[in-house]
Amino acid sequence: MRHLLSTRDLSRDAAIHILDVAEDMADTQTREVRKLPTLRGKTVVNLFFEDSTRTRISFEAAAKRLSADVINFSAKGSSVSKGESLKDTAQTLEEMGADAVVIRHGASGAPHTLAASGWIDAGIVNAGDGTHEHPTQALLDAFTIRRCLHGSASRGRALDGVTVAIVGDILHSRVARSNVWLLSALGARTVFVGPPTLVPNHLEGWPAEVSFDLDATLATGPDVVMMLRIQSERMNDAFFPNPREYSRRWGLDDERLARLGPDTIVMHPGPMNRGLEISSRAADSPRSTVREQVANGVSARMAVLYLLLSGERED
Amino acid sequence: MSNSSFLLSGATLPDGSTADIAIADGFVVGVGDGLDSVDAIVIDAAGLQALPGLVDLHTHLREPGYEDSETVLTGTRAAAAGGFTTVFAMANTSPVADTAGLVEQELALGEASGYATVQPIGAVTTGLAGERLAELGAMASSRARVRLFSDDGFCVSDPLLMRRALEYVKAFDGAIAQHAQEPRLTVGAQMNEGEVSTRLGLAGWPAVAEEAIIARDVLLTEHVGSRLHVCHVSTAGSVEIIRWAKARGIAVTAEVTPHHLLLTDDLAESYDARFKVNPPLRSAEDVAAVREGLADGTIDIVATDHAPHPDQHKDCAWPEAANGMVGLESALSVVHSAMVETGLLDWADVARVLSSAPARIGRLDGVGAPITVGSRADVVLYDTTASRTFDVDDLAGKSANSPYVGRQLPGRVVATFHRGVPTVLDGALRPHDEVLAGQRAVVGRG
Ligand SMILES: [Zn+2]
Repeated sequence: MRHLLSTRDLSRDAAIHILDVAEDMADTQTREVRKLPTLRGKTVVNLFFEDSTRTRISFEAAAKRLSADVINFSAKGSSVSKGESLKDTAQTLEEMGADAVVIRHGASGAPHTLAASGWIDAGIVNAGDGTHEHPTQALLDAFTIRRCLHGSASRGRALDGVTVAIVGDILHSRVARSNVWLLSALGARTVFVGPPTLVPNHLEGWPAEVSFDLDATLATGPDVVMMLRIQSERMNDAFFPNPREYSRRWGLDDERLARLGPDTIVMHPGPMNRGLEISSRAADSPRSTVREQVANGVSARMAVLYLLLSGERED
Repeated sequence: MSNSSFLLSGATLPDGSTADIAIADGFVVGVGDGLDSVDAIVIDAAGLQALPGLVDLHTHLREPGYEDSETVLTGTRAAAAGGFTTVFAMANTSPVADTAGLVEQELALGEASGYATVQPIGAVTTGLAGERLAELGAMASSRARVRLFSDDGFCVSDPLLMRRALEYVKAFDGAIAQHAQEPRLTVGAQMNEGEVSTRLGLAGWPAVAEEAIIARDVLLTEHVGSRLHVCHVSTAGSVEIIRWAKARGIAVTAEVTPHHLLLTDDLAESYDARFKVNPPLRSAEDVAAVREGLADGTIDIVATDHAPHPDQHKDCAWPEAANGMVGLESALSVVHSAMVETGLLDWADVARVLSSAPARIGRLDGVGAPITVGSRADVVLYDTTASRTFDVDDLAGKSANSPYVGRQLPGRVVATFHRGVPTVLDGALRPHDEVLAGQRAVVGRG
């Protein structure tokens, strides 16, 4: 793997391979000595133009457990915030000998621009770009779903026949975008659920169904209900009347939680707005995978860094 | 080159006939077979398409204020390289061209270039701020004789202000050139709203944001009995509305850019900001509709919206990049590709949409005339049989933000004459001192 920019580029086999490597990584994390020597001498740069402590820490843990050297390059308070361009930053990282750059950027496409620019030779991992994609989130989600369904027999398997309802602000969600392509590659079915203002109008050719009625969708018995965070900036821009109405129509409240089928799992990429898109009881219920998602995030990111840097690289 | 007489021998005229074209002292002095070549420099134009010098109604020359992108001199060099002899300079300079003094300054910068005639466009509102009318009358009465007013880059979105502007310019046969973009519907917009924008996670610029303004403006224009020009029409719905308005007898004219005739929004998939422009590249259906609109006369002209930007404003993530692309050097080849090779226009039509009609909309007398005896000698010779991979070296302005670099385009400008003075010969720009000396000689004799 040269870069990981989008899940749309991943074939079924490639996706299963990444998930299988993530299983191997997860296995090592149950040992007494969790650190692997695999990426000794490699330098991974976390280039974060947007604050995201959760994602940065997850990548940092993944890189360190593979013995890579980690440089955290945060835009806040650095030359980047003083107007230094992506180009100049990339050239600086090239000079520092970065082997992989994990980039989080508020601008959709910034990782593509970096990868296509020729400014830097490092492998690029998209850690979330604007409202475009967040591929490692989708990988950890798929990994989590696969483990819930197949447990220790997960290796080699896809998600055929699984139905995933992704609920909330699809329009602005990089998590939804990365999930829909990966779930489709793995044979799962995706239903986007949300208010019509927050579900894109133009989904021609997308492997996704659309529903504006959460109760109707839940009644069909989806295997996974993935709740998305409602950003505070949506509150005052006429996407919906107010948080109360949003919560009533599209929130996973206690009453809806009680109606879920026995094997339905509840996911959330975090951070959660408890009481808005998800009730506390739903978030903390046994069917919630929120905490597993965090742990699996490290395994999935270890797999990505390993595949990017350990010689399986083809241009 | 002190001689100011030229004989373009055996050129193909826009109507398809073949003739010699004699030029002397800035004017066409003969069109016919076997013209006398005594004292004239003979240019073999056999097999070359002669067109009246091209007129661009929508050029951003960037001077004053943004000289790192373009100057009047470099922009008019780009014009000459593309076969243009007149450019209308948009008002969004810094300071904004919103007073008589500033439009006269722009005019003077054009005269000091000599590569093309520069006709200033005045701002509609002071500072393009959309709050109060600029001194439209003073600009109209100035030496720059401004007839076209535009806040281009911004839409005159306030309906009352638009009504007043349309009404006011009736006093001097002016027109308002509207950049039709409903601002609230396009907050943060990055590209055409559609499947591609959804996939790329780039905020959409919906077609309705253009169409709603055009629909409002044609109704306002009818109501006050004025004249409206719609800049850079980009959607199928806009073409429909303008077709309807023209059928009703409303005095509306419209332009389409070369890029909206050829390029589509899927080019954004590369996140290559060379393809970022406002209004954005649209769908293939929209491209088909604007081509059809240009072919049937609903859209009157092609205008480049030449918008130079320095590299650093394009060499960045798409959402952080500037809107706009350069277009003067490539426009004729793009129209050739999109409209002539497809059989939608012939060369007489090209002369209309790229020369006579824009001059008429801008009320610029003596410009855009057909190649006949007595016309100002603005002439371009174009090799329709050439084909080239468009290259950075084909750009003559200051900026390189062309979406065509690396793309195969037909045709090549062989020679351009501006007021009888060659600005391009053998496909190469002539030196500035020579062009200026030629212009002085013409003005001296004329
Ligand atoms: Zn404009």
